[in-house]
Amino acid sequence: MALAFDEFGRPFIILREQDQKTRLRGIDAQKANIAAGKAVARILRSSLGPKGMDKMLQGPDGDVTITNDGATILEQMDVDNQIAKLMVELSRSQDYEIGDGTTGVVVMAGALLEQAERQLDRGIHPIRVAEGYEMASRVAVEHLERISQKFEFDNDNYEPLVQTCMTTLSSKIVNRCKRSLAEIAVKAVLAVADLERKDVNLDLIKIEGKVGGNLEDTELIYGILVDKDMSHPQMPKQIEDAHIAILTCPFEPPKPKTKHKVDIDTVEKFETLRKQEQQYFDEMVQKCKDVGATLVICQWGFDDEANHLLMHRNLPAVRWVGGVELELIAIATGGRIVPRFQELTAEKLGKAGMVREKSFGTTKERMLYIEHCANSKAVTIFIRGGNKMMIEETKRSIHDALCVARNLIRNKSIVYGGGAAEIACSLAVDAAADKYPGVEQYAIRAFAEALDSVPMALAENSGLQPIETLSAVKSQQLKENIPFYGIDCNDVGTNDMREQNVFETLIGKQQQILLATQVVKMILKIDDVISNSEY
Amino acid sequence: MPIDKIFKDDASEEKGERARMASFIGAMAVADLVKSTLGPKGMDKILQSTGRGHSVTVTNDGATILKSLHIDNPAAKVLVDISKVQDDEVGDGTTSVVVLAGELLREAEKLVTSKIHPMTIIAGYRMAAECARDALLKRVIDNKENAEKFRSDLMKIAMTTLCSKILSQDKEHFAEMAVDAVFRLKGSTNLEAIQIIKKPGGSLRDSFLDEGFILDKKIGIGQPKRIENAKILVANTAMDTDKVKIYGARVRVDSMAKVAQIEGAEKEKMKDKVNKILAHGINCFVNRQLIYNFPEELFADAGVLAIEHADFEGIERLGLVTGGEIASTFDNPESVKLGHCKLIEEIMIGEDKLIHFSGVEMGQACSIVLRGASHHVLDEAERSLHDALCVLSQTVNDSRVLLGGGWPEMVMAKEVDELARKTAGKKSHAIEAFSRALVAIPTTIADNAGLDSAELVAQLRAEHHNEGCNAGIDVISGAVGDMEERGIYEAFKVKQAVLLSATEAAEMILRVDEIITCAPRRREDRM
Repeated sequence: MALAFDEFGRPFIILREQDQKTRLRGIDAQKANIAAGKAVARILRSSLGPKGMDKMLQGPDGDVTITNDGATILEQMDVDNQIAKLMVELSRSQDYEIGDGTTGVVVMAGALLEQAERQLDRGIHPIRVAEGYEMASRVAVEHLERISQKFEFDNDNYEPLVQTCMTTLSSKIVNRCKRSLAEIAVKAVLAVADLERKDVNLDLIKIEGKVGGNLEDTELIYGILVDKDMSHPQMPKQIEDAHIAILTCPFEPPKPKTKHKVDIDTVEKFETLRKQEQQYFDEMVQKCKDVGATLVICQWGFDDEANHLLMHRNLPAVRWVGGVELELIAIATGGRIVPRFQELTAEKLGKAGMVREKSFGTTKERMLYIEHCANSKAVTIFIRGGNKMMIEETKRSIHDALCVARNLIRNKSIVYGGGAAEIACSLAVDAAADKYPGVEQYAIRAFAEALDSVPMALAENSGLQPIETLSAVKSQQLKENIPFYGIDCNDVGTNDMREQNVFETLIGKQQQILLATQVVKMILKIDDVISNSEY
Repeated sequence: MPIDKIFKDDASEEKGERARMASFIGAMAVADLVKSTLGPKGMDKILQSTGRGHSVTVTNDGATILKSLHIDNPAAKVLVDISKVQDDEVGDGTTSVVVLAGELLREAEKLVTSKIHPMTIIAGYRMAAECARDALLKRVIDNKENAEKFRSDLMKIAMTTLCSKILSQDKEHFAEMAVDAVFRLKGSTNLEAIQIIKKPGGSLRDSFLDEGFILDKKIGIGQPKRIENAKILVANTAMDTDKVKIYGARVRVDSMAKVAQIEGAEKEKMKDKVNKILAHGINCFVNRQLIYNFPEELFADAGVLAIEHADFEGIERLGLVTGGEIASTFDNPESVKLGHCKLIEEIMIGEDKLIHFSGVEMGQACSIVLRGASHHVLDEAERSLHDALCVLSQTVNDSRVLLGGGWPEMVMAKEVDELARKTAGKKSHAIEAFSRALVAIPTTIADNAGLDSAELVAQLRAEHHNEGCNAGIDVISGAVGDMEERGIYEAFKVKQAVLLSATEAAEMILRVDEIITCAPRRREDRM
């Protein structure tokens, strides 16, 4: 690193402990960054599409995750490189925003970086490349809007939604029963959706999993499933027409927040205290009973005595229910969460048509079903599967499908999948390039080429000849001017994605292109990397 | 241009062929490990723990073996997991599921080396699994209607399960026990209600199922040793010093006299409680928690049998058996349900005294007393019996049964083979491979028994060419025989779970093309 001197010839210290840091600058820095970004993209490339492969990740504690979901792979990977971390962030933000297409966005960014490298070799300034990409991405997004189609659906006719969810699920390990899972996801989303406001609160959909059984046993429960059982083994296992008291106070003597002490110094006091205590328990149970509750769900534990009193008075109870579940139960049953026994009234009770305990397998595992609720705005998807990794992967897949369905409710537009949208954009961007004077033109063309890489990866993963297939589809699109032709990954025999029913959401695709462009621009603008060298 | 490292220091990455190799080899190694325990002539394994005492377990149970292994290979972990799930879900077939998954991967490896894409193999396996399941469904036997036949089915299933375990010598005896115990549950699958008491000494043959209930506890001193027509109160309450539960309470006194007073009050309180308990009109009191000497003495004075420190399961079972409710408050003696039994007495098994409740009302719970030469034998006997109980309790709910001895595998293999012939395209190779993997199970059973597996399996295949054939491998006589005649039955639910989860696991491992291992978490150094 060059030294700087002031007017008296003394050296400045620009960077502390220079010799311990490595520094890359100029074109080298850009090249190194691009290489790192590409390396990450390469890992994900083979996971793209319905024939994409999975990754097995072994965590720091030896736990195994097998997944196909881009965001999960990157999250669990022990990434150290700064640029690679940017890519991880990229996939994560796609996951938060859209929920699907997390692999695609990274592959897209990788392709953009690769093309950028070529432009840099030609001597084009990185900022010009970045600007060209920006223009191109705008063209692409507008073109997507143009070729998108609107879906009409309502609560009875949700077939288009199911088809779109199936496209998402087909790339996962669960594609064996994608139809039933897609239907479950769509029904769940429709159950909690607010079609007026076009909004879906995914928090209302609870995903529970339990190993055992097989994937086909996965079910949608219009109600809540709690991984708890009755507090006393002899309480009834099934309650019809339950009135539920939802409590956040323990069935225990009160514990005032302020510090205090009760001194016992005489026998009388001892006696009264004892009486008080008994009375207290009695009152608590009586209160619940008085308002007409037939089931008590409590966030805290019970004292043995209280437990028996509850049992004795024929009031089944569930203890140690988590806060989130408690809220869901309150929403589903239309009850109110009651923080103090004094405030318990009949109106605050939740109502459910059926509460039952169900046991699984040979071990003593039981779960509590709360069904036929007063307000069916909260649902549970209960996943079964052969092993733990399968359940985890199914949870992730269902989450993706839920997100897709939500996005469609927000915005009804769809584009065609199987790379069709990318090819159409690529054609549009390529055509637009000629209109721009200046160096950016090259960058825009590079962008078009990068767009091709997604269908190329799809074809490659499906065992097709990538270049041959892509050029065939491209010419077909151009000749007939129809943006529905994509890669025939499943070997069905037609390139028409309308016939194959492969759809993706418009906002998902747009977001992919925008996010990828943004990150690539950011990476291109870096021209100096200073990092602590390792000793 | 050097590419910067992307991963952290110790993290590693394996790609493509190498990753696939690593997972195939890991999975097959695990399968080979448990392979030799399969079947009636399968061998046991000795497991020595690395923990303190280096305790030793001798077992034949796949799930137990795999659970105790320290495995680093991620693919192998998948297999361990399916075996564990199989154990939790149906209880038996824990070895078969791993062996089948291992064989499926072994066949897949061959296909991959001959350049067939893993996705094609998966598609083929899926079709084959579907077809195999249908084939089984077509041949199931359901005797739910006929109680007597159903019972004999259960007997046969229990005997088949037990014959591969240490209990095979006395399998009839134990099968009888297991079936009786399961019938007592009346359709519930809660195996907690069956208590297994292990007492070293005697021989396995001396084990018995008790028609009553046995509690591994002693009777308090000076209390009656034998009670007829007992009324039992089952309780969960503190019988030491009853704490004041109001938060922040503490005793503060200023003189010795007061201490004595309060102590007196405390005693009075306990006495009160005992009196309240006695007011229920009971002559036996069982508590989950400790009973201090003072109340114990009071009980003895009243001629009531007081049993302390029964564990929670014991209490629950006792509640089930005697029909009493578990009480914690004693203010309303008229409405508390008491348990009843005809006779409570102290019995001796080996050297230990136990309390025996006989002539119980409900009888939903029961006790099995296992006797045997050593702890290892008893532990293994318990596991074997547990397997049998699991299978039986599942079969009571899903009463479909199949023949055993490699018969289901041959039936499936035949159907799958036929499907392979009908299917066009590369998938048919995978389907064929699936059928080969299925046949590997009877082959292993025969091999483990020291028989000529190639000869036997070929014979079996020929037999199965006829419609409605019941042939399987009879390991005892070492020939192909009619399984129905020999009474070798298996539960449909077990077979189905084996088939489906093995396929699922194989599929999962096949789909992987890259293994990324994170750096192991650094343990904090104590230095």
